[in-house]
Amino acid sequence: MKNSSPETQESAVTFENMNGAYKLSVLKSMLRIRMVEEEIAKRYPQGKMRCPTHLSVGQECVPAVIGTLLSESDLAVSTHRAHAHYLAKGGDLKAMLAEIYGKQSGCCKGRGGSMHLIDEKVGFKGSTAIVGNTIPIGVGLALSQKLRGKNDITVVFLGDGAIEEGVFYEAANFAVVKKLPVLFVCENNLYSVYSPLKVRQPQGRKICDIASTIGLHSQEGDGNIVAETHRVLTTAIDVCRQGQSATFVELHTYRWREHCGPHYDNDIGYRSEAEFLAWKERDPIELYKTQLYKAKILDAEKLQVMIRQLETEIQDAFQFAETSPYPPSEQAYSPVFAQGVNINIAEVANG
Amino acid sequence: MGERSLTFAQAINEAMHLAMEKDPEVLCYGLGVDDPKRIFGTTKGLQEAFGEERVFDMPTSENGMLGIGIGAALNDMKPVMVHQRLDFFLLAMDQLVNAAAKWFYMFGGQRSVPITIRLMLGRGWGQGPTHSQNLQAWFAHIPGLKVVMPATAADAKGLLLASIFDPNPVVFLEHRWLHHQEGNVPAGWQDDVLGKAKVLRTGTDITLVAISYQVVEALRAAEVLQSVGISAEVIDLRTVQPIDWATIEASIAKTGRVLALDTGALTCSVSAEIVARSAEKQFSLLKTAPARIAMPDFPEPTSYGLTKSFHPDARNIVTQACKMCCVTEIEKALNSLTVPEHHDVPGEWFKGPF
Repeated sequence: MKNSSPETQESAVTFENMNGAYKLSVLKSMLRIRMVEEEIAKRYPQGKMRCPTHLSVGQECVPAVIGTLLSESDLAVSTHRAHAHYLAKGGDLKAMLAEIYGKQSGCCKGRGGSMHLIDEKVGFKGSTAIVGNTIPIGVGLALSQKLRGKNDITVVFLGDGAIEEGVFYEAANFAVVKKLPVLFVCENNLYSVYSPLKVRQPQGRKICDIASTIGLHSQEGDGNIVAETHRVLTTAIDVCRQGQSATFVELHTYRWREHCGPHYDNDIGYRSEAEFLAWKERDPIELYKTQLYKAKILDAEKLQVMIRQLETEIQDAFQFAETSPYPPSEQAYSPVFAQGVNINIAEVANG
Repeated sequence: MGERSLTFAQAINEAMHLAMEKDPEVLCYGLGVDDPKRIFGTTKGLQEAFGEERVFDMPTSENGMLGIGIGAALNDMKPVMVHQRLDFFLLAMDQLVNAAAKWFYMFGGQRSVPITIRLMLGRGWGQGPTHSQNLQAWFAHIPGLKVVMPATAADAKGLLLASIFDPNPVVFLEHRWLHHQEGNVPAGWQDDVLGKAKVLRTGTDITLVAISYQVVEALRAAEVLQSVGISAEVIDLRTVQPIDWATIEASIAKTGRVLALDTGALTCSVSAEIVARSAEKQFSLLKTAPARIAMPDFPEPTSYGLTKSFHPDARNIVTQACKMCCVTEIEKALNSLTVPEHHDVPGEWFKGPF
């Protein structure tokens, strides 16, 4: 096994000895993502969210766990399927939904839509729509963190398809050369749009092994199991934050709904209903709930309270998005350039 | 502030030193920035003065390394990326077009990308199809990019400083045939602005709007045109995005004739934009159809033989200007132009290899 995790010291803080409140916070984050995405799916056919939208249903575990392990000064960048990453990093729900609705109160004032999310206040530096586009950008953020001598890290979210982009190798290579504090989080959901992994990458070759060969500290894990995801990510973040190595994790998971849009698409022929059902049996939320019930951390009442709180928050946020005004059409012609001089030029002139 | 004579390349180098000294967040990187040749001398002394963290060589990864610069810029660094040939930078179009150019507008105007990308373009000495492309029009076509093309040593310094401290992504295009050109360059800090052209020679009969190396040819042509009674005004555009329309339009209003000079291929060129705009906005002021001189719509071949008449120069400008001004003494004018012995070098001192 090439993965370097066995040689790495396990973090002292294991998931098992985290307290109940923490474990419930992970559940709440997962539920929140699921409920937001399901509400988008439900309302999407109304035709008010008029942009390509990629849902993360089925993939809630990885973002929810990593969200609890980062600080606000850590940075993150993501992909076209970014709702879960944005929310888990602390991104503003109302601003995200308003953006999907194309409203002035959206996080990009309606200029980006679902695939372009940003919340600088919480270190979510941006998601973009071109596969692999934010990979080097995340590495550059990590370069700036290292040059500043800060203890922060940058998380780059990517999928299995992005591993096929040349820019991944370019950026990963540089991150290794410079030992940058970057963590690549690869959610392998087996599909790039409708193209299965087996026609895109040789069978038997693991993505985490490619990363390891490049020189990244690399691990893999089951991205539908909270405890395992927590173990893998905690180790990776420790290695990264201590400046030992740029790190990579491959976490296996599955996209429930169509690549882009609100529907299920198991009937159109690129994957089987049986495959979907097998993964649905491994619903990360149900698996985790069962575990928490067994450990007597969760009971039906606690769950109901949690769901009711989330429902209220989510309905409020949709209400906000739907009732916010569109930006006036003249705003399409807002400046493409920032104004001013990016230095204290007065000081230069006087000096 | 005294004036000294510096080459264009030395002026670039001086601007880099000043910028890095002034602002610790300015970085300089690119393939070969610390190698023995120091990018034609333009990065000389930088690593010694500012250290290996701020001045660094890079893997041969044009797209990834541009993205890395963009990421650093998104966290308030001011990277200056360098490529010895524009053509290699074509591998970085995703990061340039989909990230750097879009970020400010797309994310609602909350975060811009203060990166400067120095690209060298050129011609001659058999550079051939993939080492000589002048693609300024590509970059100028993308909303969100500034495109700078200095022609003089003083502007190379002033415009590079302005580019580095501009909050937006700037593509800074240096013509290899200008690197050796000398000019007076004020010492010390130099304030300049992007988007402002300069009138290098005033005239009343025809406006020559030139960019980059074509400014040199335009000035040569203007001198000769004077001898046949044509008073040519020469505008050095300096930046091709944004274009300083006010300066161009004021000049055309005076002369009624415009000839746009480009170092790139003719079709969809910067010169095409100038001709189109003058026809749209100043039609009734024009005494003759606006015209342009640019590269033929062919890849630049390598052979000394094939390139003999490939690049339009002062001779083409003189001929065209005489026609536009209805002056028939074209032969007389051309005879007074000095023609270099070899068409493929900026001067006899140039012995290659690139």
